[in-house]
Amino acid sequence: MIALSDYLIVSAILFSLSVAGIFINRKNIIILLMSVELMLLAVNMNFIAFSYYLNDTAGQVFVFFILTVAAAEAAIGLAILIVLFRKRHSINVDDISEMKG
Amino acid sequence: MVEIISFYVFAGLLLFAATMVITMKNPVHSALFLVMTFFNCAALWLMLEAEFLAITLVLVYVGAVMVLFLFVVMMLDINIARMREGFARYLPIAAVVAVILAVELILVVGPANFGLEQFAEPVRHAADYSNTRELGLILYTVYLYPFEIAAAILLVAIVAAISLTMRRREGTRHQDITKQVATKATDCVRVVKMESDTDYDGGSDA
Repeated sequence: MIALSDYLIVSAILFSLSVAGIFINRKNIIILLMSVELMLLAVNMNFIAFSYYLNDTAGQVFVFFILTVAAAEAAIGLAILIVLFRKRHSINVDDISEMKG
Repeated sequence: MVEIISFYVFAGLLLFAATMVITMKNPVHSALFLVMTFFNCAALWLMLEAEFLAITLVLVYVGAVMVLFLFVVMMLDINIARMREGFARYLPIAAVVAVILAVELILVVGPANFGLEQFAEPVRHAADYSNTRELGLILYTVYLYPFEIAAAILLVAIVAAISLTMRRREGTRHQDITKQVATKATDCVRVVKMESDTDYDGGSDA
């Protein structure tokens, strides 16, 4: 039988992989956005696994809202990316760090 | 038995595809592997009886968000070689951080705390159970207000994305509807008072 911990472990590994993805692809904004999507996917999997094993639909409602916000975030992020590329002809993170923060 | 095999197959493919997403050289390949990740995740969600969300994941993510990603990746002419700078340099530290994070998380969520003894597997619903109906019943009553806010967020996202990427280039000829509608007769016709020609000579000078 598959335990709740199995699903949680899969999503924990998925989350760690996306953290590693942010580390190694720190120049490429597109892959960074994809890593964020992976992170959200891992969180969603936790929600759904708990919703199933606790027999509570509320977890699925939260996933619904996370999906909504993630879709909005991806759309705006890619729009910003396009504007950036028009101005700079590059999406390298090094070319954008102008504010010396 | 079938359940266990399919769980391990889908979970294995999920993690494999996720690894490929973060290690591929070409962003297009990364995006395609991300599609594979979403499909396998949807399969796992189906096993957890979250049918509506599994289908939504495929429709919304694979159908819309990933197409948007692929569209942007292919539209922008990116220098991949420059993007890969520092890949090898940050690989060790990324691996260390990821392994530590994974080990810590697994220690917390592992079988000791969330195994079958603590959370017994629930009884599967009957074949005529509708997950969509169940979700709708709670979404449109208890979570009605958050639902409306989610709709507003999507609207804001549409407006933001369009207003960010829309641009008016100089020198192109386009119609300005507001200007057209607001035009008055005095803007178009100029009445010129002039002396009338008394001796008409054929209209050589107007």
